[in-house]
This record gives sequence, C-alpha cells and structure tokens, in this order.
Amino acid sequence: MAVFPWHSRNRNYKAEFASCRLEAVPLEFGDYHPLKPITVTESKTKKVNRKGSTSSTSSSSSSSVVDPLSSVLDGTDPLSMFAATADPVALAAATDSSRRKRDRDDNSVVGSDFEPWANKRGEILARYTTTEKLSINLFMGSEKGKAGTATLAMSEKVRTRLEELDDFEEGSQKELLNLTQQDYVNRIEELNQSLKDAWASDQKVKALKIVIQCSKLLSDTSVIQFYPSKFVLITDILDTFGKLVYERIFSMCVDNRSVLPDHFSPENANDTAKETCLNWFFKIASIRELIPRFYVEASILKCNKFLSKTGISECLPRLTCMIRGIGDPLVSVYARAYLCRALLTEMMERCKKLGNNALLLNSVMSAFRAEFIATRSMDFIGMIKECDESGFPKHLLFRSLGLNLALADPPESDRLQILNEAWKVITKLKNPQDYINCAEVWVEYTCKHFTKREVNTVLADVIKHMTPDRAFEDSYPQLQLIIKKVIAHFHDFSVLFSVEKFLPFLDMFQKESVRVEVCKCIMDAFIKHQQEPTKDPVILNALLHVCKTMHDSVNALTLEDEKRMLSYLINGFIKMVSFGRDFEQQLSFYVESRSMFCNLEPVLVQLIHSVNRLAMETRKLMKGNHSRKTAAFVRACVAYCFITIPSLAGIFTRLNLYLHSGQVALANQCLSQADAFFKAAISLIPEVPKMINIDGKMRPSESFLLEFLCNFFSTLLIVPDHPEHGVLFLVRELLNVIQDYTWEDNSDEKIRIYTCVLHLLSAMSQETYLYHIDKVDSNDSLYGGDSKFLAENNKLCETVMAQILEHLKTLAKDEALKRQSSLGLSFFNSILAHGDLRNNKLNQLSVNLWHLAQRHGCADTRTMVKTLEYIKKQSKQPDMTHLTELALRLPLQTRT
Amino acid sequence: MGTALDIKIKRANKVYHAGEVLSGVVVISSKDSVQHQGVSLTMEGTVNLQLSAKSVGVFEAFYNSVKPIQIINSTIEMVKPGKFPSGKTEIPFEFPLHAKGNKVLYETYHGVFVNIQYTLRCDMRRSLLAKDLTKTCEFIVHSAPQKGKFTPSPVDFTITPETLQNVKERALLPKFLLRGHLNSTNCVITQPLTGELVVESSEAAIRSVELQLVRVETCGCAEGYARDATEIQNIQIADGDVCRGLSVPIYMVFPRLFTCPTLETTNFKVEFEVNIVVLLHPDHLITENFPLKLCRI
Repeated sequence: MAVFPWHSRNRNYKAEFASCRLEAVPLEFGDYHPLKPITVTESKTKKVNRKGSTSSTSSSSSSSVVDPLSSVLDGTDPLSMFAATADPVALAAATDSSRRKRDRDDNSVVGSDFEPWANKRGEILARYTTTEKLSINLFMGSEKGKAGTATLAMSEKVRTRLEELDDFEEGSQKELLNLTQQDYVNRIEELNQSLKDAWASDQKVKALKIVIQCSKLLSDTSVIQFYPSKFVLITDILDTFGKLVYERIFSMCVDNRSVLPDHFSPENANDTAKETCLNWFFKIASIRELIPRFYVEASILKCNKFLSKTGISECLPRLTCMIRGIGDPLVSVYARAYLCRALLTEMMERCKKLGNNALLLNSVMSAFRAEFIATRSMDFIGMIKECDESGFPKHLLFRSLGLNLALADPPESDRLQILNEAWKVITKLKNPQDYINCAEVWVEYTCKHFTKREVNTVLADVIKHMTPDRAFEDSYPQLQLIIKKVIAHFHDFSVLFSVEKFLPFLDMFQKESVRVEVCKCIMDAFIKHQQEPTKDPVILNALLHVCKTMHDSVNALTLEDEKRMLSYLINGFIKMVSFGRDFEQQLSFYVESRSMFCNLEPVLVQLIHSVNRLAMETRKLMKGNHSRKTAAFVRACVAYCFITIPSLAGIFTRLNLYLHSGQVALANQCLSQADAFFKAAISLIPEVPKMINIDGKMRPSESFLLEFLCNFFSTLLIVPDHPEHGVLFLVRELLNVIQDYTWEDNSDEKIRIYTCVLHLLSAMSQETYLYHIDKVDSNDSLYGGDSKFLAENNKLCETVMAQILEHLKTLAKDEALKRQSSLGLSFFNSILAHGDLRNNKLNQLSVNLWHLAQRHGCADTRTMVKTLEYIKKQSKQPDMTHLTELALRLPLQTRT
Repeated sequence: MGTALDIKIKRANKVYHAGEVLSGVVVISSKDSVQHQGVSLTMEGTVNLQLSAKSVGVFEAFYNSVKPIQIINSTIEMVKPGKFPSGKTEIPFEFPLHAKGNKVLYETYHGVFVNIQYTLRCDMRRSLLAKDLTKTCEFIVHSAPQKGKFTPSPVDFTITPETLQNVKERALLPKFLLRGHLNSTNCVITQPLTGELVVESSEAAIRSVELQLVRVETCGCAEGYARDATEIQNIQIADGDVCRGLSVPIYMVFPRLFTCPTLETTNFKVEFEVNIVVLLHPDHLITENFPLKLCRI
C-alpha cells in the first residue's frame, strides 16, 4: 500500500475567524428581533362607566391588547354597557369587598380571636351555594298581629313606638319569593344597611326589629345546601347589631372625666349605661319566638359585662340549655356554633370556674387558636398551677401551653414572666421523660423571643436533667428536636456556637447514628443560612468537629447515597471557608481537611478543585507574574493536587483532575509539574476499564475516553516540549498508549481518535498556534517553524494516516460497509479541513475517499451535496482556487 | 324652639320606695331670658280602674267603685314669678314619698283594667301671651320588700291526654306524655320563672311549646266585681319537634311595669298566672295553667 505523505494546510486563524463570523448589523429601534425585550405598547380604550362597582372582573377594557372591535365601538355599545351595569359577579365582588372591610372592623372590636372566623366565613360562602330559588319572609307585623288584646293596654309610649314601626313595615308582611342566591345576598346586605341606618337615626326599636326578623330566617331550612351561607350572612348582621349595642353602651360610660378602660369592671359603668343595658335585656327577654330570642341575646351577650362580672358565664349555660328547645337538629347545631363563636372569651371564664379541671384546660389549649391562648398565657399558667394534678399531669398542660406559644406570640410584656413561671415548674419535674417532653416544646418559645443567654440557661438545665443515669439515651428524638429548634432560630453561627452549652449539649448524643443525624441538621442549616464565607475560628473549630463526626461515621457498610449526602454537606462547609488573602492559611486548612475527610472521595475532589482555585486566585492576584514566594506557594498547591489525586478511586475523576491540575500548573508556569500531571494521565489511560459504573449501571467507557482524549489533545497543543526529551514526546507517548490499548472489537473509536490526532498535528505545524497560555512559550515559538520539527510532525502524520487507511481497508466487508462509508467521509472532511490539497497525492487520496464513501450506496446524498457545495464555496476564497478543480473531480452519485 | 322644660330624676332607673326622698332637677333651657308667673312641681300617684266592655252595664251600679283612687298628691312652688336668664337653668327639688293618710303606695303597674302610675308634673305658668309649659315624667315605685321568709313552692306536673279537662273527644287526641316542674310558683319578681319540661313521648310532632304570662285583674268589691284575664306576653321555649327525653328549660323574665307583686285590695286585685301551651301537629292545643304569686324581697 502506498504511503501518503501529509501536508498541512497553512491556516490563518484570524482570517478564518473573521470570515466565519456573522456580520454584525445594527438594529433599528422598531426592528424585530427575537431576543429584544418585549415591550407592550398600551393602547388606551375608554373605560365603561360602571355603576357602584370598581371591580374589573368582567372588564376587557383594561387589557392592553388592541381589539379592533372594541376600539370601534369605543365602549359605548349597548350590550357592554348592560353587561357592565348588571354584572352580578362584579356586584357580588363589590358587596363582598365591602363586607370584608366591615369584617375587619368587626374583628378589631371583637378581638383577635375572631380572625379565623373571617377566613372560615369566606370559605363557607364559597362552598355552600345553590341554584334553587330562595325566599325571604320578613313578617314584620308578627308582634302586631298577636298584640290584638295587648295593644289596648299598652302604655301610650309603647303604642307610638309600634306605630313608628308600622311605617317601616309597609303593610306588615313582606314575602320575597323566587330569589336567586345573589338576590338573597343583596337583600340581606340591604337589611344590614338599613339596620345601620336605623341605628344611626336613633330608631333603636326598628333596629331590633330588623335583627329579630333576620334571625328568624334561620329557622327556615328549606334550601338546606344554602343554609351554612345563610347562617354566615345573618350572623354578620347579628354581629353588627351586637357591636352597635355594645359600643353605644360603652360610649355612655364615657363621661367628661375618663374613658373606660378595655377591661373594665361593672362598678366602672355608670347607672345610665347599666339601665340602658338592662333595658335591652328585658326587651330581648320578651321576644316571642325562641330562635330570634336566642340569637339576639347571644349577639349582645357581651354587654353583660356592664351589669356584673359573672353575668356572661351565668348566661352561658342557660343559653346552651335554651338551644335544646330548637327542634330542628340543623338549626340547633348552628345555634350552638354561633354561641361558641360569640363567646370564646367567656368560655374561658367558664373553664376557670369549673374547678380548673385539668383535662378541660388541656382540651381548651389544644382546641382553641394559638393566638387566643397566647394572649392569655399568664391566666393559663395561673390556672395550671392551681389545678388538681390527680387526674391529669401538669407537665402535659405545660406542654400544651408551650405548643401554643410556639405558634403564637404572647404579649410583649408578659414574655419573660411566662418563661420564668413555666420553667420554674418544668425544672422541678422529676421524671426525665416528663421533663424532656415539656422542655422540648418550650425551647421553641425561648429561642423565638429571647437571646442566647436564656437559651444557654435552658440548654444547661436540660443537660443537668438528662445526664444523670444517662437519661438522654431514652430521649434522643426530643433532644434532636431541641437542637433543630435552636438552629432554626439562630442563623448566625458565630452566635450559635458562642452559646456555651451548645457543644456540651451535642455531647449528649452518644449513639452514633443519632449524632450523625444531628450533625447533618447543623450542617444543613449552615449551608442554608450562611451567606458570607467565614474564617471565624469558633465556627471553624466547631464545624470541623461536626464534619469530622459525620465523616468518621462512614464505614464499609455506609450506603453510597449516605456518603453522597455527607460529602455534599462537608463540601458546603469547605466552600464557605475563606481566609481572605491569607492563602497560606487557606492551604493549610485544605491540608487539614484532607487528613480529616480522606474517606469521602467527593470531599477530596472538592479539596483538589479548591486548591486549584487557590492557585489561580494567587495568579490573578499577582497578575500572572509570580514572585519567588508565590511561585513556591503555587508549587505547593500543585504538589498538594499531585499527591492527592492518586488516592481517588474513580478513574475518570483521576484523569480529569490530572488534566485539570496540569492546566493549572501550566497556567502558573510550573512546566515540569504540568508534564508530570500529563505523564501521569497518560500512564493511567491503559488502566481505563472497558466498562464503568455510572449511576449504578455498567456502561462502555469508550465514549468517555474519547471525550477525555479530545480534551487532552487541545491541551497538548500548547504544552512545550521538554528540552531533554525528544520532539513531541508527550504526543508520541500518548499515541503509543492508544495503540496498545485494547479497544472494543468492531469499534471505530481508535480511528476517530487518530483523526483527532491528525487535527492536533496539523494545528501544531502552523506557524502560530490557535491559542496560547500567557507567559508560556509553546512549540510554535520554541521551534519557530523549524523544518526538522515539521518533518517529525509530518512523519507522525503519515503513521497515523497509514493506520487510518489500514482500518478502512479492513472494513470492506458487507456488514461494515456503512461504517466504512462514514469513516471515509469523515477522513475526507479532515483532509479537506486540515490538509493541503495542492499536493497531488493528498488530492488523489481525497478523491478516492470520496468515491469510497459513495461506493456502496451507503452515503447520505444530502450530506454529500452539502459537502460539495461547501467545497465550491471555499474555492471562491483566495488561495483556495485549487478546490474548484477538486470539485470537478467529485461526482455525485445518483441514487438508482 | 323657644323654651324647653325638662325633669331629670336623679336615679337612672327612676325607681323609688315609700319613705324615700325623690330628688332631681328641673331644667329650663332657652336661648333668651324667660318671663314666667311661677314654676310648680306636682307629684301624683293614682290607681285607674276600668271596666271591661263586657262588664260595663252589668256593674253600672257600682260605677263609683271604679273611679280613680289617688294615693299621693302634693305640689310645691319651685320658683316665684320672675325671669330665668338665657341658657340652662337647673332647679333641684326633693319630694319625700309619703302616701296620703292611711293609704299604701302600691307598686307601679301597667295593666289593662288596672293601672297604677306615678308621675311628676312640672308647670310653668306664663303670661297670657305665652302658653303655659308643662312637662310630665313618670317615676316608678317599688313596694317595700315583703317581710317574712321567702319559701319556694315547687310544682311537678305531668300532662297526658288523661289529665286534660275540657276535651271534646278524648279519643281523637294523639298520645303524649309531658313531664316537668316549675321551681317555684312563689316568684320573686326580679328573678325569672324557671323550671324544666321534658317531652317523654308524643305520637304527634310538636310544633311549639310556649309560656304564656297572664294577668288576672279584678275590679269591684264584695257586692260585685269584674274579673278579666289577659295575656301579658308569650314566650316560646321550644320550636319544632324537640328531642324526646331531653329537658327543655322553662325560663321567663317577668317584664317590668307589666308585672308587680301580686296585689289584693278592697277595690281591686292584680294576680298572675302562667300557662304552658303545647301545640301539636296538626292542630292540637294543650294548656296547663299555674297560678303564680309574685313578691318582692
């Protein structure tokens, strides 16, 4: 077989780069460009005048898209006008928002405990809806009808009042049938408004009347699926009424001298206020029907405060019993619900009275909202202290209270006292289990509201209780929770570790698995919350200890996943450590870490990367000009990497790190060190196994090797030859290794690599290389285009080409024809790109390859056409004209 | 507006007892100064008796017996004729509450045929050109607490078809058994009437259970009298078919003014009763009557 000589084409990289580049075209403002930020030009369309609603649920006018139809009509078409004014959704939204606003007002008066009702309320209204027709039967004349005999005798005053009412009634009975749900809601809203109007215009009796009529609607369960919503709507009115009455009486107590405090006692209320209040209760007591009487009384029950201290709690059982008289179970259950809602606070009083039953207290604390409990923490502590321990242990009560305090904040002024009072009891608990269950809950509260001093005290107390008899052994879950809570609140780790008892606390975790879990938590929090790199010795010391604990837990049985997790955490820590410009210290930290975490490969990898980075940082700092000191330091870094890499197990990890570290060494002008890395990499290649384990699956390694080698070649281009070794000794060595490597049968990888080598060698024969490393002389400047060097180079090329052609020949069998075709074409392309086709032999070879690629009809015609087009295009460039001739010699095979 | 006259009684609830001193102020407010011929204040307490329509005619002979009875009547001259300055003038007053002669100060009561009312009337006489000004104001008298120990008198009751009187066709009645008790028929007027009612069983569904408070007023004397029972109020204690066997509370507050301690005099009587009214489906009405004795302690 003839030997083909290689002639590299001379490349002008700069010109090629310029010619490949797309022409830059300045973009005019209005021009289309896919990456241009999207700007929407807003077109103003006239807004439709909408009565009584500012909601835009149905509006299309606010969208910025220009709709030709709407712009033509300009919002004046009758349909959209109609839709705008009569849109029930918009109306509903408007009334709803007004009600929401009112709710907020209500809440501020009734107290924070009611907040959940506001949420619940919306939920109920949204959920219980109906399409059935509803009716409101406002039988305003009920009293009048019955009063037939009584009116006669009623005093003049009463009679005039009744007449006054008749005006409102407009014919005693209003029955509204066939209402849709929305109509119904609107009607109720109207009633609510007229209640307020009546009140404002001093028509108290009318107001009462409205409320009575409304609550009467609750006895009607005809459209049962709407009942919950109805309940909500009507109790809103009741709440309004209750609030109005309360405020009125409250305002009567305010005389010139002073304003009544929020928590007043009946003695503070003046006689007029009391009389008015009493009057209301008498009036309500004479309401004929049970359901309205119940609801109205419940709504103003709070006013009992003006009359007596115990009034409310006395009324409560009576009202509760009163509900028994309601026959319809649904109505009665809702009545109970209303009572509970109206009287949360009073229920408490009642609990107090019931002999401080511990079980009851506990139920109250677990059932009621945390905010509610929290604001009364001091009361609860008092009650817990007094309560009888026989039935229900106190520590459980304190635990419940603590749970509430973890969720909601007690008043600022009480906070320390609460902690002191509670802890006084907790610390006396003898049984370590009881103690730790309680303490665990209270740690959260302590962390939330106090400083490290208090937390330290608490931790110390826990240690004191749990150490005797190794009680901690039975309480790891609780102790773990304590740690979790503490780190959840102390994001500043310098503060956390300055809590003296924190590390002693950690020492209680003596069972390794638990200990590691805790360490993981700490590291997790650190990674999450540490923003800035740190060099705080306290943090470093403590966390190194923590990380060491995690690392030391690794043994032969540790799962891969667990190792990965631990490594991730330790790496997170390593990345956060920075000694700033003290590079020496930084390196010694890495040295120390290496000795500590030698069993976790990902940590070592991280350390190598970190050290490489450190070297590059140094280079950056010195702007590439190392002083003697920094040069030595950089060499120390390189040495660190060099001795660390062999201890890794992953073959490609090692290869890549060798390459990477070699590049770093090269960049730092450590030429012999770089050579050492590359030699190490080369000598490692024969060890690459055929199959490697990737994510638990065995896969062929060839593609990875190819990838690595290509990367390696790119680096080898700029590595200068060692003066004592021969020309291109690294490339030669690598070629030998590739030659000896046992490649997969039926695989073309080796040839693909040879093609790449050909590319490398072509690039090396250029006068000036494609890229360089600052301050490193590559072979181009070392040899300066010396003919001996070029001859060596060409000789290598010839050998490689011979190998390729040899291989192509072996593929001339039926089953390999396709491979032959594609390899042939790829070789053709390489020659086209890198070879000098003015050389006849090379030119002939390329024509032969072209034919080979098409010979058995295996070539993709489109690729061939494209290739040919490319050649023709190239031929138009100066000093490429010889390609025209070539193109003529390349026929396209027509498919038969 | 001109001149306004007002009486302000010192006690907010306006309640006084015999022997106490009723005090307050008369307030004259005016933009300009007011010329007057004297201001007087009259305290008056009367019992008004009225015969019911059905009784009129039959008892005409005793008509005299139903003329109003004055219990108390006194007038004081507050201010001699003169002139009030512009603005607000307050004139304090005090009246000792003493009945006329050997009469008793009955408790205030607003009924149908019997009315016991106490008023304060302030008159400002003025010159011919300006109208006299009058302001009336009711005050309330509570009788003195009754002497002696108050003893509750509980009553248990059972209502079945068999216990009923006045039944036309007993056979048509559905079966039912109601049991219950009143804690006392001797009632303190300031305390509610209390008790319990249990529907043990009932064939028919219950529509409603109500407490009807009834006043029984008697006018006249031994020679002949009119006795009328009228409803004061009706309080529903159960609505719909209540749970069987679960006690429903009986609870009723005695309304002010419309009730007073049970009263018995030579000319008239005021008594009270309560009816427990049970309405059954479809249209049965069962009533159980309990006379009450109200007192004040």
